[in-house]
Amino acid sequence: MLKIKKSNLDKLYAAISERQILYVPCNVAGKPNFAVWGEGADVDLVSLKTVKSAKEVFFPQCEDIASFRKEGKNISVKSEHKESGDFVVFGVRACDCKSFDILDSVFLADPVDTFYKTKREHGTVITLACSKPEETCFCSAFGIDNAEPEGDIATYFAGEYLYWSPKTEKGLNLTKTLNSLLQTATDKDNDALEKEQKKIKEITGRLPLYVLDLSYWEADDLLEKFNSEKWKALSESCIGCGACTFVCPTCQCYDVRDFDKGHGVQRYRCWDSCMYKDFTMMAHGTPRPTQMQRFRQRFMHKLVYHPSNHEGVFSCVGCGRCVEKCPMHINIVKVIKTFGGDDK
Amino acid sequence: MQKVAEIAQKRAIQLLNQGVVNRVIGWKKGEFGYDETPAVFTTAAGIEDFRYDVFSAPNLSKYLIDESKKEGKILAFLKPCDTYSFNQLIKEHRVNRDNVYIIGIECGGMADINTIRNRGAAGVTDVADNGQTVIAHTLYGDVTFDKNEVLLEKCQACKGKKHVIFDELIVVNPQDDEPKNRFAGVEAIENMTPEERFAFWREQLSKCIRCNACRNVCPACSCLQCVFDNPRSGVASKASPDTFEEQLYHIIRAFHVAGRCTDCGECSRVCPQDIPLHLLNRKFIKDMNAFYGEYKAGEDSETRPPLVNFSKDDAEPSVISDKGGDK
Repeated sequence: MLKIKKSNLDKLYAAISERQILYVPCNVAGKPNFAVWGEGADVDLVSLKTVKSAKEVFFPQCEDIASFRKEGKNISVKSEHKESGDFVVFGVRACDCKSFDILDSVFLADPVDTFYKTKREHGTVITLACSKPEETCFCSAFGIDNAEPEGDIATYFAGEYLYWSPKTEKGLNLTKTLNSLLQTATDKDNDALEKEQKKIKEITGRLPLYVLDLSYWEADDLLEKFNSEKWKALSESCIGCGACTFVCPTCQCYDVRDFDKGHGVQRYRCWDSCMYKDFTMMAHGTPRPTQMQRFRQRFMHKLVYHPSNHEGVFSCVGCGRCVEKCPMHINIVKVIKTFGGDDK
Repeated sequence: MQKVAEIAQKRAIQLLNQGVVNRVIGWKKGEFGYDETPAVFTTAAGIEDFRYDVFSAPNLSKYLIDESKKEGKILAFLKPCDTYSFNQLIKEHRVNRDNVYIIGIECGGMADINTIRNRGAAGVTDVADNGQTVIAHTLYGDVTFDKNEVLLEKCQACKGKKHVIFDELIVVNPQDDEPKNRFAGVEAIENMTPEERFAFWREQLSKCIRCNACRNVCPACSCLQCVFDNPRSGVASKASPDTFEEQLYHIIRAFHVAGRCTDCGECSRVCPQDIPLHLLNRKFIKDMNAFYGEYKAGEDSETRPPLVNFSKDDAEPSVISDKGGDK
């Protein structure tokens, strides 16, 4: 276990940035989101959740795929795929870190998404334990430990220090380059850290969503769930915006679109939302013409389709962003409870 | 407020039982006491979950576009500012007035959970409203706020406590109808240099995630097919590689709702990135007031709005240029 004084974190950011790009939660116009660190950045490691999740670093909201240029009768096509440089993402919470596994199971399965893969290979993930979990958190329902996050390096705030624990080879390699800034933790430090983790666990145990019964969703009765009458009432106030989708760390759907540049076309992909009317639009129209159907798709995907395709793993990490951000306060927790929890 | 909620609940059950209405649209309790969801109740028993308190912020008027076209009459609880939206929807022939029984419900201002969080109350598990104060019960202890400090932006700029359309009223504590100054925020931006203004909006709009919550919640955005959802328009309701186009989305939307926006403030309430979108709409309202005389969209359901009316006294372009535009 290593440590660095909180007051020295700026030096740490600068040292990492010297060699590679560093993404860290920063406040821009009052809201924390992952951003490239630079001198004077308003780093925010206190806010528990960035608005957009850390997935954006590996799977940006908008990403160029190819460009087409027309000259006379010729059309030239250029791939926009680039190998990623090494980078670090710091301040990733345990839930977001777990979401990378879920994204991996989709993007790294055959056919491999090379845009995503290169970033995963070159990115070093530094996680941060959650000193102050909030009421919207329910990562524990998915077996995630917010006091002991995974990642290449796990870090923890306790007292005056940030504690630093490399967990993988990537993590060890990065740590080597920062040796002059990091000190070895003493027994006293380890005690302080243990106390902090105990405190986190105590609070987590008191979270209102700590116990979330998922057993209903483990049963294999897809059609019964699909045809349930409950979707109608659950979705009736959904306004069909994409807030839940775009703040979600596990949502992975994207649209491929062409941007007309006048003298050519830029083909890009951008996050898509199953809440949108034109989601998976085909020549004959949309397969889900009502908002109830679109709403159902989102939760069936997270709680039924994804687990049945990926050894029972739910496509939710309990970060609670949707709980916080839905304009009408509809969310996955209400879906889970309505079907198989309190109101069973 | 609790008394108002009790009366509303009783009245809803009465109207359902009497067969005056067959459905009720109101707000339903959530998980934490601050996360109410709009809901349609169809039975007297279901109304047990009805809530009306400082977190009944969602404007129900837009739901009535669809609900008023269904069979039977629906009871809708509308706060004063929500009645403006409903009136405006009547003016635009978007709702069937005959199918809605409106109860204008007293509003003492709605609280903003984000403000409560931003002011240091993390882990809010419940909120109690004591009239003047709001107490946030959190995982880390109780935090008390002066209610005025944690009001939603739209309530800080309240248009007034008058319901402009209703069939009956539930007002237990008649309140001062003095409208607040809505334009201070706009004036602050007007006083910036063009460069500062540009930088301000660039930074704010750079946060946009194109979730379209502002558009979808907006009662003035009632097009069956939004231009941004039209694949042949060349623009989309998703992120674009061109940040200029991206940022123009909000400006275009503000133009589209100019003269029709009732300043219900829902756009700013729902924005996950806290972009002060109401400022764009309010700038148009302020300018229209200056050029065409005081006008409040939704104040009535008949008069012609300034932008679709012509009079010989209409502002000439020179008037606009006098205000700082190019000749």
